Amino acid sequence: MGGLQKKKYESGAATNYITRNKARKKLQLSLPDFRRLCILKGIYPHEPRHKKKVNKGSTAPRTFYLLKDIRFLLHEPIVGRFRDYKVFVRKLKRAYGKTEYSAVQRLKDNKPTYKLDHIVKERYPTFIDALRDIDDALCMCFLFSTFARTGKCHVQTIQLCRRLTVEWMNYLVASRALRKVFISIKGIYYQAEVMGQIITWLVPYQFAHDHPTDVDYRVMATFTELYTTLLGFINFRLYHSLNLVYPPKLGDKTDQEPNCKDEEDYAMNSESYLEKLSALSASLARAVSAADEEETQLDHFPVDEEDMEKMEAREKEQKQQEAHTKIFEGLKFFLNREVPRESLAFVIRCFGGEVSWEKSVCIGSTYDITDETITHHIVDRPSIDKPYINRYYIQPQWVYDCINAKLLLPVEDYFLGVTLPPHLSPFVEEKDGDYVPPEKLKMLALLRGEKPAKNEEEESEEEEEEEAEEEEEDNAEEEEDEEEEKNLQKMEEQRAQGKSLQVKVTPGKVKVENRAKQEQEEKAEEKRLAVMMMKKKEKYLYDKIMFGKRRKVREANKLTQKRKAYDDAEKAKKKKAKK
Amino acid sequence: MEDRIETEKRRTSAKMNKMSKVSEMTEEKERRMKRSLEQEEPDEMLSIDSKLCDKEVSESEESVYSGLEDSGSDSDEDDGLHNDDDEDDGVHNHDDEAQQEGVHNHDDEAQQDNKLNAEKKEEYEHDSSDEEDIRNTVGNIPMEWYKDFPHIGYNLDGKKIYKPIRNKDELDEFLEKMENPDYWRTVTDKQTASDIVLSDEQVELVKRLQKGQFGDVNFQEHQPSVDFFSGDVMLHPVTNRPADKRSFIPSLIEKEKVSKLVHAIKMGWIKPRRAQDDSRGRYYDLWGKEDSSLLAKHKMHLPAPKTLLPGHQESYNPPPEYLFTQEEQALWEQQDPSDRKLPFVPRKFSSLRQVPAFPRFIHERFERCLDLYLCPRQRKMRVNVDPEDLIPKLPKPKDLQPFPTTQSLVYKGHSSLVRSISVSPSGQWLASGSDDCCVRLWEVCSSRCVKVVQVGGAVKSVCWNPNPSVCLLAVALESLVLIMSPSLADREVALSSERLLAAPQEAEPAEAVGAVTWVECEREEQNHSIRLKIQHPKPVRQVVWHAKGDYLASLMPDHSSHQQVFIHQLSRRRSQNPFRRNKGLVQSVCFHPIRPYFFVATQRSVRIYNLVKQEMTKKLQANSKWISSMAVHPGGDHVICASYDCRLSWFDLDLSTKPYKMLRHHKKAVRGVAYHRLYPLFASASDDGSVIVCHGTVYNDLLQNPLIVPVKVLRGHVTTHDLGVLDVTFHPTQPWVFSSGADATIRLFT
Repeated sequence: MGGLQKKKYESGAATNYITRNKARKKLQLSLPDFRRLCILKGIYPHEPRHKKKVNKGSTAPRTFYLLKDIRFLLHEPIVGRFRDYKVFVRKLKRAYGKTEYSAVQRLKDNKPTYKLDHIVKERYPTFIDALRDIDDALCMCFLFSTFARTGKCHVQTIQLCRRLTVEWMNYLVASRALRKVFISIKGIYYQAEVMGQIITWLVPYQFAHDHPTDVDYRVMATFTELYTTLLGFINFRLYHSLNLVYPPKLGDKTDQEPNCKDEEDYAMNSESYLEKLSALSASLARAVSAADEEETQLDHFPVDEEDMEKMEAREKEQKQQEAHTKIFEGLKFFLNREVPRESLAFVIRCFGGEVSWEKSVCIGSTYDITDETITHHIVDRPSIDKPYINRYYIQPQWVYDCINAKLLLPVEDYFLGVTLPPHLSPFVEEKDGDYVPPEKLKMLALLRGEKPAKNEEEESEEEEEEEAEEEEEDNAEEEEDEEEEKNLQKMEEQRAQGKSLQVKVTPGKVKVENRAKQEQEEKAEEKRLAVMMMKKKEKYLYDKIMFGKRRKVREANKLTQKRKAYDDAEKAKKKKAKK
Repeated sequence: MEDRIETEKRRTSAKMNKMSKVSEMTEEKERRMKRSLEQEEPDEMLSIDSKLCDKEVSESEESVYSGLEDSGSDSDEDDGLHNDDDEDDGVHNHDDEAQQEGVHNHDDEAQQDNKLNAEKKEEYEHDSSDEEDIRNTVGNIPMEWYKDFPHIGYNLDGKKIYKPIRNKDELDEFLEKMENPDYWRTVTDKQTASDIVLSDEQVELVKRLQKGQFGDVNFQEHQPSVDFFSGDVMLHPVTNRPADKRSFIPSLIEKEKVSKLVHAIKMGWIKPRRAQDDSRGRYYDLWGKEDSSLLAKHKMHLPAPKTLLPGHQESYNPPPEYLFTQEEQALWEQQDPSDRKLPFVPRKFSSLRQVPAFPRFIHERFERCLDLYLCPRQRKMRVNVDPEDLIPKLPKPKDLQPFPTTQSLVYKGHSSLVRSISVSPSGQWLASGSDDCCVRLWEVCSSRCVKVVQVGGAVKSVCWNPNPSVCLLAVALESLVLIMSPSLADREVALSSERLLAAPQEAEPAEAVGAVTWVECEREEQNHSIRLKIQHPKPVRQVVWHAKGDYLASLMPDHSSHQQVFIHQLSRRRSQNPFRRNKGLVQSVCFHPIRPYFFVATQRSVRIYNLVKQEMTKKLQANSKWISSMAVHPGGDHVICASYDCRLSWFDLDLSTKPYKMLRHHKKAVRGVAYHRLYPLFASASDDGSVIVCHGTVYNDLLQNPLIVPVKVLRGHVTTHDLGVLDVTFHPTQPWVFSSGADATIRLFT
């Protein structure tokens, strides 16, 4: 016996966590500053396993941070800058209050600033780490770069975002790293593969934003601050990995010359650099001339058979990839003025095509609408007045669909005024059991090299007939079973009623036993019985999994039904039209 | 003279350029207007005079406004008065600035007033008095006030000025317009209501003014301006005033200021202006040298999960099946935003140009931001289990045969639900008791009803004596237990049973339990083979035989009484109540097949009593709410309890008082459970209309736990009034199972 009584909440979980308010007090920061610090340093709350223990017996909802995290924040130099800034604001206010404008000016000149380089380095110790986490940064920068220069955030931020995103796009064009594009109702999704990392980002459509009131722009601005730093460093590194000059410079001047006179019409000298860069029509200057670089080829090593197979597969994949990045090579596009220029120019250039637009649309167009060598003219209007011969007039979706399908699709479906085929998401990878839209099946068939069936309709009709037959068969079987049952029941009843049973022998039918079916039934029953013997916990899990599976099937069935109904309706319409 | 005027003009223009005061401009213009109006006078001399006076006006005005009086540059002799004034001013300034400021101001004002008066006088002097003075004195008022009067105002003498007699009507006006070549330059003076024909100069002036030019033709507005003061040090000073003393002495105030600044710099309060570092947006190779020290720092960090990639339904032109139907749309709108499966409504646009901006774009981005810094992150292991792996590996039912698989016979005859069935130890006969107040005896093989005994009450339980050497049947109905001897066996057996019934005549020990009376039956009843009646105080629910066939126990469930169970000895016609205290509502009782133990199942537990030692040996906790029935393994070491909450609990008496296994096979209340006497089988009957037969091997090796495998689900009974199968029992020798149900049938599964 003896010893002091152990007090509650002085060891264990309770001491590992700290509430937000306490953390804030410990750091001597106001809530907005604390928030900013957490955002910049990537500190997020932790959900303790035993909330009540950590909360010292109370069940009030609180946010907990790991004490270690907060201690880690204590040594952050940026906290000092935050305090400096607070002091600065106080002094500034005072100077204004006293109308000491010289002091105001002096204070403003010495406004404390901070850098985030070390934070970026700390959060992303290696370049690959940074690259892996760049999705959100890209989305945010692309969003901010579309903001109007009104009071929502600093103009410098917007300009910086624009610059960084343009640099990013130029890098992708130079490295041919874009893989997939998807036009959604939210914006355009792009997916690129940079140094083996899959990076996806979303770019909003080019419209003025209706700024919501329930959004805290300070939070977004803080994120953007971090993201611009991160993206800048990444861009720097990426440009250098391709031996490109950073900040990017436009390459050979010869391309540019014919349009040099017009430049003044578009932008001031200070802006024209970025504008030209964002036109995405010119290649970038290289630190080392392109001739010196060579495509790195996979070296061949003597290896085992298994590895050999893998190697071959890899080689094949690489070849495919190369073919994919060159699908627009040799094609010359012209963008009509109503199509989204930036997106299309970016995409086409990423896949090796040449692209131009009307001079009045944007700076940096390389050839005219009258150019004879244009192969594809991208138009997004129902008809065109003065078509040129020997070029295809297509709708913009063709470009995106080609990229996702990794081959040049037939242009017939995308002519002007034609109802477009559905635009499918390239990100969906259907597993077995999932619903696959028929368009995707068609595309996969195309990809395998099969010719698109010309008499599709007939086929589908045949299929339908088959289906119908099958259904009938099923029905028939069921009916048989039912009949037997009924007979048996009748007999039973008669026997039960007893004496008035007419004794009559009818020739029996030979019952054909379906072996396979029987076996299947047996197996099913076995399984059912085994399921009954499951432990409670496992049963719960099993039920959950099975529920999920069944739901999936249900959803897939629903989609199939909807599609079928739609197709039927279409067919009926067609028939009517024919009549 | 002219030159001076010129310079004057130049100066004014320069000044005007400097000050660029619109008001002054207008004043100037007005002045010029006046002057030019005066020019209409033919007298040359006068015009010069007027110019002179004009100069005077402008100069004095200028001096008032510009404060250039003591500049000294225009200190000319000819306007001596003016100059004097100036000098006076200067004197004032020099001498008694402080003391006489107020007075001085007064003086100034007075002087100015005088000046103005003088000017006015001069003006009037030069006014052409030869002109008929029809000057109107009403002032600047709207002239329509005089519309209704014959006069239009008053002249200087206070006489009325009469309106000219006008008799011009429209026609006259028109004729005038047509005929008079000067009509276009004729204006009406509102003050006098007389017509004035403008001279050429005046027209010119108007034209110039209309163009926005200066009225004076000779005035050059674009003269190069001459600065009076330049940065160059001239030979002669502008003023000959001696320099102030303060310009020789170092300023104390400045000294103080400087020392303050020096102090502030010393103390670090004032920092020199920071060099403008444009480090934002200046990047370098941050990951140039990878140092591993940083790597260890953030070990606990979990990278944020990436956002989900969009599916087909998010496309601007999705396949038609992904679009919402009207019901789905309505459902989506009704649902709470957090419950929605999709955060947006799929839409279809026929072309890219029709796609609008997504209204919630910024919201979604912001929510992502919030997720990133406000959401706790946890590594959650996703269960990646093949559901097939979860299913326990059991021996195949095929290998565990024999067990009943198919329904082979249906015993029909009862008209109400059959509560209880029992098979004779020989396995030839089946007794059933039903709510239609009769007991039926069936031949098992042929499903023929051999006998129907009307007993006059709903039969709760029937039980065949397990002793094969006698043929007796116990039936429980209302508060009676009947002992029947159905005489279905051969003679020897019949005799032995008769003996058993007839034996105990010598002692009549009704004294032990007064509540129970044994009654010998009448002849008539004996025709129905009812031999004995045991009268109980309360309705009997269950009756069971001991394995030897001499004892039988009856059960009368009752909360309040301790008389819930009676044990009767048939050979001595004795009854006893083994329990002195009430331990809860008894649900079921049972004898141990070998040893002198007695099982009593109350609502939640099973108690095992040693009948010889008269003590409780064990209490089993069935983890269920309400036990419905109980069965004891023929080996005696295992017990199954069925309960109304769909469970079966298997107890291994050697193992623990907790159930060895809970079986949740049934969907509804389990009503009956039975062991097979020879085969390792047991069956349970439930309200869901099914009988589940399980294989339950019990090993002699105590270390090996019993193996329980469900082998068959038997269906056949129809649920009526929410009741399915009520009782189940096995054939004593064959792997057959009988079940009786609420649909008034008994079924045999083989």
